[in-house]
Amino acid sequence: MNQHLPALLLALPIGGAFLAPLACSLGKKLRNIFYLTVSLLTLICAVMIFLETSAGKILVYVMGAENFALTLPSGMAFPVRIILEMDAFSGLMVLCVAIASFAGALFSVNYMDKFSGLKRFISLYFLLVLGALGMCATGDLFNFFVFVEISSIASYGLAAFWRDKPESIEASFKYMMLSQVGALLLLVAVGTLYGKYNAINIGALASMLQTGVLEKIVLAMFIAILAFKCGAFPMHAWLPDVYSEAPSGVTCLLVSVSQASFYGLMRICFTLYGTNPANVTAAWILITLGCASMFFGVMMAVIQHDVKRLMGYHSISQVGYMLLAMGVGLYTLSDAVLLAEYGFTAMKGGIFHLFNYSMFKGLLFLTAGALYYATGTRDLDKMGGLARSMPWTTVMFMIGAAAISGLPPFSGFASKWLIYESSFAIHPILPVVALLTSILTLASFVKVFQTAFLGASKISLAPVREVPVGMLCGMGLLSILILFVSFFPNIFVSGVADPSASGLIDQAGYINAVLGGVK
Amino acid sequence: MTGNMIFTVIALLMLISLVALVTQKNLIKICIALSILGASVNFLLVALGYRSGGAVPIHYLAGDNKVMVLPTPQCLTLTAIVIALATTALMYSLIVMIYKHYGTIEIDKIRRLRG
Amino acid sequence: MRPMSLIVVTLNKVFAWFMILFGSLVIMNGHNTPGGGFQGGAVVATFVCFMLVAYGGKKFFTWVHTPIYSGLETFGLLAFFVFACLGFPNSFTYNFLAVPAITSTGGLIMGEVWGGWLPSCGTISLMNIAVGFEVVGALSLAVIEMYEGTHIDDAHFGGECGHDR
Repeated sequence: MNQHLPALLLALPIGGAFLAPLACSLGKKLRNIFYLTVSLLTLICAVMIFLETSAGKILVYVMGAENFALTLPSGMAFPVRIILEMDAFSGLMVLCVAIASFAGALFSVNYMDKFSGLKRFISLYFLLVLGALGMCATGDLFNFFVFVEISSIASYGLAAFWRDKPESIEASFKYMMLSQVGALLLLVAVGTLYGKYNAINIGALASMLQTGVLEKIVLAMFIAILAFKCGAFPMHAWLPDVYSEAPSGVTCLLVSVSQASFYGLMRICFTLYGTNPANVTAAWILITLGCASMFFGVMMAVIQHDVKRLMGYHSISQVGYMLLAMGVGLYTLSDAVLLAEYGFTAMKGGIFHLFNYSMFKGLLFLTAGALYYATGTRDLDKMGGLARSMPWTTVMFMIGAAAISGLPPFSGFASKWLIYESSFAIHPILPVVALLTSILTLASFVKVFQTAFLGASKISLAPVREVPVGMLCGMGLLSILILFVSFFPNIFVSGVADPSASGLIDQAGYINAVLGGVK
Repeated sequence: MTGNMIFTVIALLMLISLVALVTQKNLIKICIALSILGASVNFLLVALGYRSGGAVPIHYLAGDNKVMVLPTPQCLTLTAIVIALATTALMYSLIVMIYKHYGTIEIDKIRRLRG
Repeated sequence: MRPMSLIVVTLNKVFAWFMILFGSLVIMNGHNTPGGGFQGGAVVATFVCFMLVAYGGKKFFTWVHTPIYSGLETFGLLAFFVFACLGFPNSFTYNFLAVPAITSTGGLIMGEVWGGWLPSCGTISLMNIAVGFEVVGALSLAVIEMYEGTHIDDAHFGGECGHDR
């Protein structure tokens, strides 16, 4: 059964999405059990894949073939079927998405309980999970486009779920307009590569990619679209809107979904283009985008009064860290000495930060949702003294806030430290920007903590109680993971970030897994 | 020259839709522009898969003709069309809701989210 | 939406049913000819549009029961999913029913004229039919819901109507 894991990983959320209308007609209790069971099964599947891939194995799965490992049927030179291919980095991403989806599901069970239309909600939720998992699992570019579209369509629906709020409709429409243009340009890029090389499999394309103007244009398109999807600075306008207007359990998942786009960007830069000379320019573009996102994201976050919107802008700045780290890694990719010297460290830092970011950002959005659930407002000026009435939420917010601002014992510090020390080798201004961002992040979260949780209790907030146990479980899961990673960063870096980074630079291994013939 | 005519048409369509996307203020017109963009991309995919003198890419219908039109871009196009249909339907539904909430479909008057 | 004139209604009575027939044809032949589940399903779903346009909203909604379309959609999706899962000993979505027209020795089972015979498509035609059901349900539902969402028939057109928050 282990060989079928990649297909099961996608089959479970598909089945969940299709069965949701039936399960929801069976009553409230069975619906909740169904929702949690499917999420949990997906998580178990993802953990098994993660364990297999982090041991250095590349999982290949051919859809619809007589044998799941038959990548080249009847002696063809190139793969013709839909192929799923997962290395250690994909395994890590799949794990992030699955954890976030399970935490979001736990949170949503209570959070969404009083609303109607939950049958559509659960369907769309699983489709969003499917899209994100598929983006990390797929081995060819066209399926990447399809999964991007599945996740986008599901997220339009979920962002506009509270359709009686004009803001959520507006956010959803804005995102849809921009995202559709982006997706169509992604299709143009895939089609252009297909027109030249007659292949859409990433491994097959990587094995015969030449250097030329066309490849540069295509790479530029990929970078523009996928950086837009993960919310880098000049294309960030949709991100705070959608993150703040979607229901909080979904926002926790959306964070991971945009990380899946980031995964796609890395897959294209590292695996598809590899040591292609176009990548040196690409590396500088990534570094510039990263610095701009970090700085401007946090500058706009500082002035916000809406708690979820504030966290949305922080997402932009955190994505900047990863772009910076991976840009540094990409810059050194064609030079083995520099790569060993600091490039590999940067990639480890970036991947470590990616995992941390999915966890603490998800947690912070869930705590913001808990605040909204308890007080009925997202405006920081109307909150105050909530630490007395919501002790658990306060503790978990503190864990998340400490992790995102990189206070020393927490997980954010370890990953940011790796990024500082490696980006210093490229240019000393880069860690300065990163440090400044970190300080401003701390300032901004101290402000939130001060206004929402400390101070005198407001009379209007007297009836506020702690949120239900399901929501606490969702937040608790992420908090425990953050604490675990914070206390044992060494285990995580050597056991997870290291194989992921080496999987990412091992272009030949990725190509061989597809073109190597039947194993 | 005539061989590349189709790509000229595609480029023109793309240009029309991108210009419309930037200049138009009416949401319905923006949706139409997006549909044109989608159509032009599908055009591009099908045109890339064409081989001159090629036959239908079905084994028993192709006959003795050795050159076949590539089937993969046609599959891609079909998938893209289905996706475009779903998004178009969703988009027009959202426009209906926007009209209900704001009383207008002019894009510069729909500005509640900012800052 | 008001009912349209007698001419439209009469034409509709005669010809609208053919859309269902033609759509079914496209669905059933999807494995062998251009078309398939999605295209045929879209043609069948135009029947609902015809009815809505010709007879108007009031009369139309006395005939239509949305749970039926929801049921069609769910049934189609689940059927597709089951067919996909049945291939699991080999691989997900494996075509477990197909009988290849060319045998392992290179000869054709049924001779040259039978190229593309029905058993060679296996689950493809079954999946096409499943997709057809799904698309019929989903597109009809989309048309109905979008029409209902506009509230053209309601007196309080343009009012706020939302969730039970």
